[in-house]
Amino acid sequence: MTVTAQGPLPERPYDVAIVGAGVVGCAIARALARHPGLRVALVEAQDDVGQGTSKANTAILHTGFDAVPGSLEARLVREGARMLAAYATESGIPVEPVGALLVAWDADQLARLPRLAEKAERNAYRDTRIVGPDELYTREPHLGPGALGALHVPGESIVCPWTTTLAYATQAVRHGVDLHLGCRVTRASRQDGEHLLHTDRGTLRARFLVNAAGLHADTLDRLLGRQDFTVTPRRGQLIVFDKLARPLVRHILLPVPTALGKGVLVAPTVYGNVLLGPTAEDLDDKRATGSTAEGLSALREQGRRILPELLDEEVTAVYAGLRAATGHEDYRIAAHRENSYVTVGGIRSTGLTASLAIAAHVVELLADAGLDPGPARDLEPVRMPNLGEAFPRPHQRADLIAADPEYGTLVCHCERVSRGEIRDALASTIPPRGLDGLRRRTRARAGRCQGFYCGAAVRALFEEATR
Amino acid sequence: MSGVRRVDVLVVGAGPGGLAAAARLAAAGAGRVEVLEREQQAGGVPRHCAHGGFGTWTHPLTGPSYARLLAEGAARAGAVVRTGVTALDWAGPLALTTVSPRGPEKIEAAAIVLATGARERPRAARLVPGTRPAGVCTTGELQQAVHLYGQRIGSRAVVVGAEDVSYAATATVRASGARVVAMVTDLPRAQAAPARALDARLRHGVPLLTGTTVTELLGHGRLSGVRVRHRDGRSAVLPCDTVVFTGDFVPDHELARRGGLVCDPGTRGPAVDGALRTSRAGVFAVGSVLHPVGSAATAAREGARAAGAVRQWLAGGDWPGAVPLVVSEPLRWIAPHRVTPADRHGRYVLRSTEPLTRRVLRVTQDGRTLDRVRVRSSLPSALVPYRTTLTLTARWTHRVDAKGGPVRITVD
Repeated sequence: MTVTAQGPLPERPYDVAIVGAGVVGCAIARALARHPGLRVALVEAQDDVGQGTSKANTAILHTGFDAVPGSLEARLVREGARMLAAYATESGIPVEPVGALLVAWDADQLARLPRLAEKAERNAYRDTRIVGPDELYTREPHLGPGALGALHVPGESIVCPWTTTLAYATQAVRHGVDLHLGCRVTRASRQDGEHLLHTDRGTLRARFLVNAAGLHADTLDRLLGRQDFTVTPRRGQLIVFDKLARPLVRHILLPVPTALGKGVLVAPTVYGNVLLGPTAEDLDDKRATGSTAEGLSALREQGRRILPELLDEEVTAVYAGLRAATGHEDYRIAAHRENSYVTVGGIRSTGLTASLAIAAHVVELLADAGLDPGPARDLEPVRMPNLGEAFPRPHQRADLIAADPEYGTLVCHCERVSRGEIRDALASTIPPRGLDGLRRRTRARAGRCQGFYCGAAVRALFEEATR
Repeated sequence: MSGVRRVDVLVVGAGPGGLAAAARLAAAGAGRVEVLEREQQAGGVPRHCAHGGFGTWTHPLTGPSYARLLAEGAARAGAVVRTGVTALDWAGPLALTTVSPRGPEKIEAAAIVLATGARERPRAARLVPGTRPAGVCTTGELQQAVHLYGQRIGSRAVVVGAEDVSYAATATVRASGARVVAMVTDLPRAQAAPARALDARLRHGVPLLTGTTVTELLGHGRLSGVRVRHRDGRSAVLPCDTVVFTGDFVPDHELARRGGLVCDPGTRGPAVDGALRTSRAGVFAVGSVLHPVGSAATAAREGARAAGAVRQWLAGGDWPGAVPLVVSEPLRWIAPHRVTPADRHGRYVLRSTEPLTRRVLRVTQDGRTLDRVRVRSSLPSALVPYRTTLTLTARWTHRVDAKGGPVRITVD
């Protein structure tokens, strides 16, 4: 198993190099790992997997009911949702099928619901149902006053985006994929039918190249002499409320999309929090992952209307993610046979849901572009640590604590993270390289106190393990 | 989970309030008195307050020595202080589920005392915009990092706030070898004793920026600075690699809320009457979970007071209904939050959002004036901090009609 974060890169050429270890890149690496004959490298600029759009999204496992019918995205979301639901069960990724309600707040929005239901049908999703205000308020008693009805989409689920990405990467690495972190591609060239990726850790050679660079997919495309599309970062700011807010909401509360945009949602998270967001701001700066006073106050204003009591609860986190908008209403996935190159661009907020189907599609495109993947095998399943509140956490399992008392020693009290879980994460296949990485893997320091009680203790455990 | 274990009194939280209650109860022969502490050491917040100001005038102590003294006192009195045990949730009206390295357990008690304390609001809860770099903490985390773990923090810190706890944070930053670039408060002046504020400014050269708000955190990876805006509209960036958000305490009320106890809208903690009884018979609450945040001495005093009320309850006392106490602007909250006519002893703590120019409070119930009280403060009015804590005696409580409406406290 090879995970590197520093030092020179291997000189021997790879069969395939994937640039970008987000949820899509990791899924592609995992799909290629089924072919033991292939030498595969997953190359990531950041010090961890899932560090871009993959970690800062709304964490929804979509049905694809509102995709553009007939688009590639619609097909891959539909297929990917089924694949990910099965994969989540196998791998211990928390998923809760809470369902969504698209809430209509005025007559115009109410009038749009039948058309949305029709669109869902055209996307082969037939379980939607329009509910009146009585049923709506029975389903969501804390909803703000004035809602006229809703479209119920029972198949929409919430999922842990972080565990999903890490599960793919872990499985890929365990099956022979080399993960190179801290490896930003600064220049790319071709020589003797091989791609040369010049990175700040040296040059990596590969016969085939997959561009899964997300926000930076257009930059990498240009390094390879193509100008197929431009990625415009669209910032989404989100507010995460404390677990004590969780009883206030039962479904994903979606706005009815209008000409003015998609609007903000209120959704539970698998960790037991409540999410409010996102904003949608088109920017130029691909590093502008900061929140703004205007953005937060706009979110609070809209949240107050949707779920008034939510605003009285404590906020545990505020974050901003950048989505990769390309100005096209579809994914931009294409093979360039002459260059032995596949671009996976414009993967929007549905990328998490579609990731496994995107990966299968990309493997096919690679074969079309001339890659002989050789024989395939079944992958050994991975079992990820459970971060979801709907499933027993380690501190709730008497059997686990009896076998290892470290699971009964809580370090992070707000999120109830045991010393055993922190130890396991630090010794895992892809260990965290900082406290943020440890937080994503265990939820340590992710709660309402943000480290007031446990910050120093968690840091001490991290430093002891990485010394 | 193996059955239910019974104790006489279960105290949740081994800080000053919980330990003082446990010590008194155990000494008075209240039976098995057990204190659950989720940290590995008993003592609560004073454990990491490596400065003076604890103990008494005649016997001054640092926080850690005070914490040790309280823990030893409770144990000596016969209370069982169990560290590394977390109270997770309620298993009945007077029963809790817990977890420890020995596994899960259900514990039932004749009385439960919640002493879960308070914490500082972190950056996110204050909705301070910007990026999410490393180097952002609260005083609680800072003190533990420096005083308990000997960890290095950055080299240049901005301290947000100018209350006592902010000056304690400033001292901890200096003790770690780092420099305090500035203290920043949105209020017009420091909220600590003038001598303390002057000492920081003059002897340690820490500038205090008043009327100034932190509007943005900057930096990717590590904090590179904070953007501040003065109320006159000027804006500047203070380069720093650490920012400490101090004060703005909120009660750690999770257990109270999970149990469905009535909470006070002002303090957000469980609402109690003068005998520290919550809305549920047999459940008491003491310390900073009631009024974020009081001194360790206040919490300990309340713990001792609660011990008396717990003993009465154990002896078959009743659980009288209490009338809510309601404050109005500029008062922010009052604690205790409910009153019964029998609440003769003790005193009320009030917090106001601005300095009181008129310091006479009127206590009324259903339009009837119960009392007019001049509030006490140790400082002349010009020096009273903005977010000030006032005290009110309980001499009017016997006039309360137990069946009447809420008792209102207004500034006359």
